[in-house]
Amino acid sequence: MTAIPEAKKPLDWNAYPDAHGHFGPYGGQFVSETLMEPLEELREAYDRYLGDPEFLAELDADLADYVGRPSPLYHAERLSRELGGAQVYLKREDLNHTGAHKVNNTIGQALLAKRMGKTRIIAETGAGQHGVATATVAARLGLECVVYMGAEDIQRQAPNVYRMRLLGADVVPVKSGSRTLKDALNEAMRDWVTNVDNTFYIIGTVAGPHPYPAMVRDFQSVIGREARAQCLERTGRLPDALVACVGGGSNAIGLFHPFLADESVALYGVEAAGEGIETGRHAAPLCAGRPGVLHGNRTYLMEDADGQIIETHSVSAGLDYPGVGPEHAWLKDSGRAHYVSVTDEEAMAAFHHLTRTEGIIPALESSHAVAHVMKLAPQMARDAIIIINLSGRGDKDINTVAQREGIEL
Amino acid sequence: MSRLAPRFEALRAAGRKALIPYVTAGDPNPDNTVPLMHAMVEAGVDIIELGVPFSDPMADGPVIQQACERALRHHVSLRQVIGMVKTFREKDGDTPVVLMGYLNPVEIMGYEAFADAASSAGVDGLLTVDLPPEEGHDLVQALRARDIDPIYLLAPTSHEARIRRICAAASGFVYYVSLKGVTGAATLDVDEVGRKVAAIRSHTDLPVGVGFGIGDAESAARVSAVADAVIVGSALVRRIAEHENDPEAGRRAVSELLAGMRKAMG
Repeated sequence: MTAIPEAKKPLDWNAYPDAHGHFGPYGGQFVSETLMEPLEELREAYDRYLGDPEFLAELDADLADYVGRPSPLYHAERLSRELGGAQVYLKREDLNHTGAHKVNNTIGQALLAKRMGKTRIIAETGAGQHGVATATVAARLGLECVVYMGAEDIQRQAPNVYRMRLLGADVVPVKSGSRTLKDALNEAMRDWVTNVDNTFYIIGTVAGPHPYPAMVRDFQSVIGREARAQCLERTGRLPDALVACVGGGSNAIGLFHPFLADESVALYGVEAAGEGIETGRHAAPLCAGRPGVLHGNRTYLMEDADGQIIETHSVSAGLDYPGVGPEHAWLKDSGRAHYVSVTDEEAMAAFHHLTRTEGIIPALESSHAVAHVMKLAPQMARDAIIIINLSGRGDKDINTVAQREGIEL
Repeated sequence: MSRLAPRFEALRAAGRKALIPYVTAGDPNPDNTVPLMHAMVEAGVDIIELGVPFSDPMADGPVIQQACERALRHHVSLRQVIGMVKTFREKDGDTPVVLMGYLNPVEIMGYEAFADAASSAGVDGLLTVDLPPEEGHDLVQALRARDIDPIYLLAPTSHEARIRRICAAASGFVYYVSLKGVTGAATLDVDEVGRKVAAIRSHTDLPVGVGFGIGDAESAARVSAVADAVIVGSALVRRIAEHENDPEAGRRAVSELLAGMRKAMG
C-alpha cells in the first residue's frame, strides 16, 4: 500500500483515480478474468463520451427536462433559528424525478448503455431507490430491465418493489447470504458475467470495480457543481461545511467532489451507527471497519478477523451496506473529509424534527445527515453556512417509521 | 519448485490428462475435508483444488455459494484450511494442492503470513478468483519467494494481449474458464473450447486446464481430448450437499463420479 501523503501538501484531487482506478491504495479492479475486458470496454466508452459534446448536451437536456434540475438550494430558516448556530441550507435532491439523487447517475449510465448498443440493463438495489431510478430510465429508453434485490429488502420495501414492476422491470429476489444489498450486488455481478454481450450493469453507488467509482462520481457531481454556484450566487461566498449521509457514498461524493480543492470547506460524511457503534450492530465501515477487498475494489469494510464480510444493521435500507466507495476511504485517510456516525434513534429524531420544522419529510438515509447537523450547527457561528445533501424524500419510509413507533397504517 | 510442474511432466510422459476436483474446505463440516481429499486421490485424481470459503463468492453459482455457507456455519477460516492441507500432507506428500478462493481472507491474514503458513503446510498453488495480474504484484512476489505457483484464470473474453500477459505472470498451469458465467452453469461447447485452448497454447508452454460446465464422465472425456487438465467442481459439491447429513456417503458419491471420469478420460 502506498503511503498517505503529508497533510500539508495539497493534493490535486482531479488526478484521482489513476489510470487503473486507484485512489491511493484504494479502488482498483478486483474481479474475475471474464469481466476485465467488459470493464475495459466500459472505460473506453466512458472516456470517449465524457468528452463528447453531443453526449453531454443530451445528458444536460435530460437532467433539466426529465429529472427537473437544477434542484433548489433551500435556506432552512426555521431549522437554523431553532438550532441557534450556523445557517442550514438543504440541497433538494428529494425533488428530483423518482424522489432521490439516484436518477442523476442512472440517466447518465443508461445513455451510455444506449451508445454502446446494449439492449438489457441490470441493477442491484437495497432500499429500492436505485432500482426505481434504473427501471424508470429503462422504461423511457425501451430497454429490458432486471433488478436484483435481497429477499429481506423486498419485504421491507414493498412499495418500491411494486413501483419497479409497474415500470416494467423484472425484480428478482436474492435469497443467498444475508439476503440484502451486498448479496443483490453479488447476484447482479453473476448475471453480468453470464450476459456481458448484451447487458449493461448500472451500479448505483461509487463502489465496484474501476471505472464505476469514478463514473458514478462524475454523474453525481452535478449536485456539488450546482450547490457551489447556488451558494456563491445567494450568499457571495462558499459554505463552511457540507454534510451528507454515506452508505456506498454516491450522494456524498456528488456533493463533495466539486469542493475538494476549496480547503476552507469542511466535509462531513455521516455513516449509520445503527444500534450504536459499540454494539457492533451498525453499518459504519469508515468509522469502525478496516480495509479489505470486496465487490471489485479495495476499501474500508465491515468484516470479521477471518476476512468474512459481516452483516450490517441500519434502520435505513439505503445505508445497510458493508463497504463504501474507495474515494471516501482515500478522503478519510488523507484527512480531507471527516466521517462520523449517527444512530438509528438519532436519525429518527432528525426525521421528525425536519418534518415538523420545515414541512419536508426526508428519507431515513438523509435523516442521518440532518441528525449530524443538529449537533454541528449549534457549535458554529450564526453567519456560518452548512449545506446538507437532502438526498431523498421520505415517503418510501413512512411504513418503517410507523412500524417502529407501533402505529398501524 | 512446487509439486505442480513435476506432476504435469509425469502425466505428459505417461500420455495422460490431469483430473482436478474442486471441493470447498469445511463442507459440510471441517472433519470431512481431509478424508475427502484422500478419497479423491484414491479415486484417481491428480491435483486437488481446495476452496477457501468466502461470504461473498461473486464468481460462483448457487451450488458453491451454498457450500461456502455450510462451511462458514462452522466458521472455517483460511488458517484452518491451511491446517487441513498440513494434516493431508501427513499421509500424502505427492498430490499437488491448490487453494482457490477470493482475495479478502488472504488480504486480512497478510500476504507474507499467508505465504509462510501455506508453504510450510505444503500448499502448491493459489488461485484468487478476484485478483487479476494487474492487482496481484505484491501477492505474487510473496508466493514466488516460497515456490507457490500463482494460478490465473483465462476467459472467453480475454483477448490476445491479455492472454500473453497472464501467461507470462502465471506458473503451474493456467485455468481456462470455458464459458461466460458462474461456476455450475450450463454445459459447454467443446469445439469452441478446443479452439480457444489452441490459441492459448500458442502463447505458453504451461499446461492448460479447463473448468466450468464439466459435470459427467462424457464431458470430462471430451474436454480431456483438447486440454491438459479437466477441472470439475459444482458436480462434486452437489453430491456433498445431497449427503449433507451423511458425509461418508457424500465422499463415496464424489469418489464414484471421479472414478467414472478418470476411466472415461483414459
